[in-house]
Amino acid sequence: MKKDYLLLLVVALAAFALPMILPGDYYVEVFLFMGINILVALGLSLLMGYAGQISLGHAGFYGMGAYISGALSAHLGWPVPLAALMALVATALVAGLIGWPTLRLKGHYLAMATLGLGIILYILFVQLRSITGGASGLAGIQPVHIGGFYLDTPRRYCYLVWALVILSFLFSINLVRSRTGLALRALHYSEVAASTLGIDVAKYKLQVFVFSCVLAALGGILYAHYITFISPETFGFMYSIKLVVMIVLGGMYSLWGALLGGAFLSLLPEFLHRLEDFEVMVNGLILLMILIFLPGGLVGLLQKIGEKIRGHS
Amino acid sequence: MVILDARNVKRSFGGVKALKGVDVTVQEGTITALIGPNGSGKTTLFNILSGILPMEEGEIIFMNQDIGKWPAHKRALLGMARTFQNLQIFQEMSVLENVMIGGFRHTSSGFMAGGLSLPKVRGEMKALEGKAIELLGELGLTSYAHVQAGELPFGLQRKVEIARALALEPKLLLLDEPAAGLTTKETSDLARFIHGLKERGITVFLVEHDMDLVMGISEWIIVLNFGQKIYEGTPLAVKRERTVIKAYLGERRAKG
Ligand SMILES: Nc1ncnc2c1ncn2[C@@H]1O[C@H](COP(=O)(O)OP(=O)(O)O)[C@@H](O)[C@H]1O
Ligand SMILES: [Mg+2]
Repeated sequence: MKKDYLLLLVVALAAFALPMILPGDYYVEVFLFMGINILVALGLSLLMGYAGQISLGHAGFYGMGAYISGALSAHLGWPVPLAALMALVATALVAGLIGWPTLRLKGHYLAMATLGLGIILYILFVQLRSITGGASGLAGIQPVHIGGFYLDTPRRYCYLVWALVILSFLFSINLVRSRTGLALRALHYSEVAASTLGIDVAKYKLQVFVFSCVLAALGGILYAHYITFISPETFGFMYSIKLVVMIVLGGMYSLWGALLGGAFLSLLPEFLHRLEDFEVMVNGLILLMILIFLPGGLVGLLQKIGEKIRGHS
Repeated sequence: MVILDARNVKRSFGGVKALKGVDVTVQEGTITALIGPNGSGKTTLFNILSGILPMEEGEIIFMNQDIGKWPAHKRALLGMARTFQNLQIFQEMSVLENVMIGGFRHTSSGFMAGGLSLPKVRGEMKALEGKAIELLGELGLTSYAHVQAGELPFGLQRKVEIARALALEPKLLLLDEPAAGLTTKETSDLARFIHGLKERGITVFLVEHDMDLVMGISEWIIVLNFGQKIYEGTPLAVKRERTVIKAYLGERRAKG
């Protein structure tokens, strides 16, 4: 619908204005990380919400992007765009190779397989010490610059992140409206019926999986070259879960769910950080409440409110 | 001209021999019916023909191609469409979208083209939509175009499946019990509609329990019982054939 493009324009304008309005670097940085979370959640939303394929290992691909690009930049001194490109291509290849057998599994089995995959990648981040720096982390990742112009302030980097968020949304909205989007949704509800209409189910599942992993890797790359120091725990199981919570919370059946859910869960720690270890529990509690009371997520809630308002006027 | 020729099709489930070496031939441009008591293997045969279930033995020639080992989607691309006895509707998509997907084989844009919304993609979607709206009109579904398909009553969901299959513009259409759950009036409308498909050059292969419908529109009837073809012939011949009558009477006795 045209509505999606209009909404995206609004988001783009907000993303342009916010870094200038927000009082101080701290908040700009929160907004920046929010953008990265949303980018990764967007890919997962296409995979889970549209195509109906679960992934509990997306943090691993987020980490692959970060480590490959980071290591090429830190160890070999590759220019950031080249390192980033390499990381995207490598992640796409690995996702393709792993997705091929994995996506034949259904439901719980796919969940288990991707869970295992995320754990294996995490172990690699810890164990491949000579490349990743192991548990103590990888330092010396180069910041992003365009010629002599360094994107080394939160504000500047924020614009890079959000530009990519907007472009990825644009691509995804287009995709959902294309025959590929129809095919993905169709196979979500009945792989059998989809295949009898000429849809190569395995191919479409693989394509959306790879794309979803590439978006996760892009998020990781953006993270690595901003922070310039990464360590494995950022890319562990908890982040995979957090991503799933984001899209379930936001509303699985809409790309905007990734935006709302990603924004919400990025802001939540700002309110909850005093709870420290309890943060995990509160996350879980929120997910539970949403599942029980708001099956359509935040997007569903907004739609309901919209209908109420229209109904009363 | 033979459009579909399946030979010696065998399939079992555990100990149950659902198909014990069945031969079926469908002539192009005809309406052919497949009848038989419940559990005789009709749906299993359709599943094998459409490629969603592998056979253990046998051969399938469709439009002069040996498709026996092809995946389901390739058979569809060649022009075979079907509906399902146990509806396989895309529940949470609109009726219009359900039918639009039916036209998938007439589009070709890829993942990247879709994401970049190239002009070709937009053209394709317009064409799919136009075609779907036309079919919804024909099947009397226009007013449901924007309703979620899963919310429709079963009778209408069956129609959506038929519209979706027709959007594929098939050469051969397999209909698995299209009249199940329809009223007498709806069934006779359906009969007229299926009969009209011949003029569009669509060959119909039909599983149906409603004997009035079967006898009224089919030119050739194949009878299955316990996974075996027990008879085939014109409606008139089938009506007279004792083995067929026995198979059905046997079922009635068992049921009631
Ligand atoms: N997926 C399946 N798993 C196990 N048994 C099956 C399966 N599909 C069909 N059957 C068995 O095969 C036989 C034929 O079933 P089916 O083809 O559905 O018959 P019909 O469509 O003629 O009523 C039945 O005995 C049925 O129980
Ligand atoms: Mg059946």
